[in-house]
Amino acid sequence: MTKEAVQLSLPEFEQAHGRWRADYGRQIGSDRVIRNRSGIEIAPLYTPRDRNGNGFLEKVGFPGQYPFTRGIYPTMHRGRTWTQRQLIGLGTPQDYNKRVRLVLDAGGTAISLLPCNSGFRGVDCDEVDPVLLGTCGTVVNTADHMDEALDSVPLGRISTAMNDPSPFTLLAFLLVVAKRRGVPWTAITGTSNQSDYLSHFIANHMFYRLSLPGARRVLVDHVEFCRKHVPNWNPVSVVGQHMQQAGATPVETMAFTLSTALQYAQDCIDRGMDIDVVLQRFTFFFDISISFFEEVAKFRAGRRIWARLARERLGAKDSRSWRFKFHGQTSGVDLTEQQPLNNIARVTVQAIAGIVSGLQSLHTDAYDEAITTPTEETARIAVATQNILREEAHLCDVIDPLGGSYYVETLTDQMEYEMEALIAKIDEAGGMYKAAEAGLIQSMIGQSALAFQEKVDNGEEKIVGVNCYQSQEEAHRARATERPDLDRMMAHVARFKAYKEERSQADVRRALDALARAANDAHENVYAPVVEAAEAGVTHGEIVSCLRAELGFGHPLVAV
Amino acid sequence: MTASRLSPPARVLITKIGLDGHDRGSRIVAAYLRDAGMEVIYTPPWQSIAAVVKLAMEEDVDVIGVSSLATDHLIVPKLMEALRDAGLGHLGVVVGGIIPEDERPALLQAGVSAIHGPGSSREQIVEHVAALAAAVREIKNAELREIVP
Repeated sequence: MTKEAVQLSLPEFEQAHGRWRADYGRQIGSDRVIRNRSGIEIAPLYTPRDRNGNGFLEKVGFPGQYPFTRGIYPTMHRGRTWTQRQLIGLGTPQDYNKRVRLVLDAGGTAISLLPCNSGFRGVDCDEVDPVLLGTCGTVVNTADHMDEALDSVPLGRISTAMNDPSPFTLLAFLLVVAKRRGVPWTAITGTSNQSDYLSHFIANHMFYRLSLPGARRVLVDHVEFCRKHVPNWNPVSVVGQHMQQAGATPVETMAFTLSTALQYAQDCIDRGMDIDVVLQRFTFFFDISISFFEEVAKFRAGRRIWARLARERLGAKDSRSWRFKFHGQTSGVDLTEQQPLNNIARVTVQAIAGIVSGLQSLHTDAYDEAITTPTEETARIAVATQNILREEAHLCDVIDPLGGSYYVETLTDQMEYEMEALIAKIDEAGGMYKAAEAGLIQSMIGQSALAFQEKVDNGEEKIVGVNCYQSQEEAHRARATERPDLDRMMAHVARFKAYKEERSQADVRRALDALARAANDAHENVYAPVVEAAEAGVTHGEIVSCLRAELGFGHPLVAV
Repeated sequence: MTASRLSPPARVLITKIGLDGHDRGSRIVAAYLRDAGMEVIYTPPWQSIAAVVKLAMEEDVDVIGVSSLATDHLIVPKLMEALRDAGLGHLGVVVGGIIPEDERPALLQAGVSAIHGPGSSREQIVEHVAALAAAVREIKNAELREIVP
């Protein structure tokens, strides 16, 4: 620090720097302006002069200490490596169970359940064309289905994330299964991975189920219920991933995500909840693109801004509330259908970016992600990629290994500055809820998506196999695509229909009436009757449809 | 950039049927076609086949572009059948997105004019849709001449 400052004053530094600038200028010929995906101009070289070396403790500091730029724990991956959490979703609950066991055997340390697209649409398996069932996720419509999916998975010992948009039926099914198995809810760990209804409204139209005001209320109810009854569950995962996948730049993504987190925290405060109780179970979920240093700076800047927002703006007093805990998923949109084996290299680079950024949990995409649901082989390679990085590459030896790099620190500061400007813009619009409702965020993302595509089209952004190094030899593309066995899926649907006939219709009626009543009473917590309905044998589609009737149907705002 | 030379301009419906909601591609293609002078009718995702047929008829479109990134292409043959049943078999249908190689023939056999997968350029898409729309307009005009000689 002091040494650097002294060096800066030395005439030798100025002289050497000047000499390099002259040499560089002479040898490079016509230099081109390079900008990262966030639009920040990238210099060919960074030196101590690029960054104000003062303020080490305020800006960079130590891991586990405010503002957590270098990581949220004192030991980071040296103490405990990241959770290896693969997103899994395919076929029937039995298919899911088979794949989960394979992934756990291969080295996975936690699981994540991705439901079928029909579930994301808020309907049951008997309401859609059967050829579409289970192609992109598992058909889980009842507590019984969840029981089958998690057969012999030790609940309470293994963390089970649910990709579970509002009204969180999958967690309800999970809680019913835990009760049946005698596992106390206090032992259940995991995350409601798709609790961020604003990100669905804005950028991921897979999931949007309830009207905005309805979803807003259900989320706060869900947080309240979980903090009380399932204390080790993370009810909120603020999702930057959808927005970045939809085209937001890394800077936009982080700013929008932090603004969303502010909105949810404020909604909980307005409900009268203790901010420190709320924030300790806040988590984040991000895309990790292949723009390596930009991603590292994105996460470091995001960690610093969140700590400041949590402490200063939201008034959280417990330092644990300031921690920016995040799950990273290697970016699917960076992967290519062309020459798909190349995606193994892309996923590796993305994963390293996430790991050296100090993530808490990681999903690595299978190389066929851009084409289809992973096969057993491709899923195994995705898990092995994490094993290799953890065991062989010595990535965990040093905390925040890129911290102190003139480039990374400068970029972290620059991106932080841009993010804060965007957060201020959203504040001016009245916060994230209002900004999303007005379509402000959607139009910014749409413009960024188009701008990026134009760069791909004109060759400014290169993608191997797509706009350069194209190859005609793509025999692997002829491989037969694995689809769920239609007969077995039809049998699953038939069993589901029979189940609906056989259950106690009186119990179902009673549970749905209680749910509808709670939905219409702002003083009731609507999530408690969701869990009770799941226990009474009510299906996913029935719960969603009841709440849609009472709280309004969600339509996305789609801007071209 | 090839602009659509049809007058009135080509009318294209960009939509997604089934369950998938990934719409980055469909939005980009809609913007491409719009910028090339075509009239684009854009729908949110998850349209039913019946809704698409109805909209195609009401909006008198020349071409329907269906985007599929998560297996919804599996029901495109059912869309083609529904269009024929509604007397719209002459409309051009283009599919874009992620369509695995081994599942392409079924779509082409069902009457899909072309599949624009990843890596398709703006020019390819715009030129193909413009040419398709022109061909469809010819058929429509011939039909009109029969009705109103």
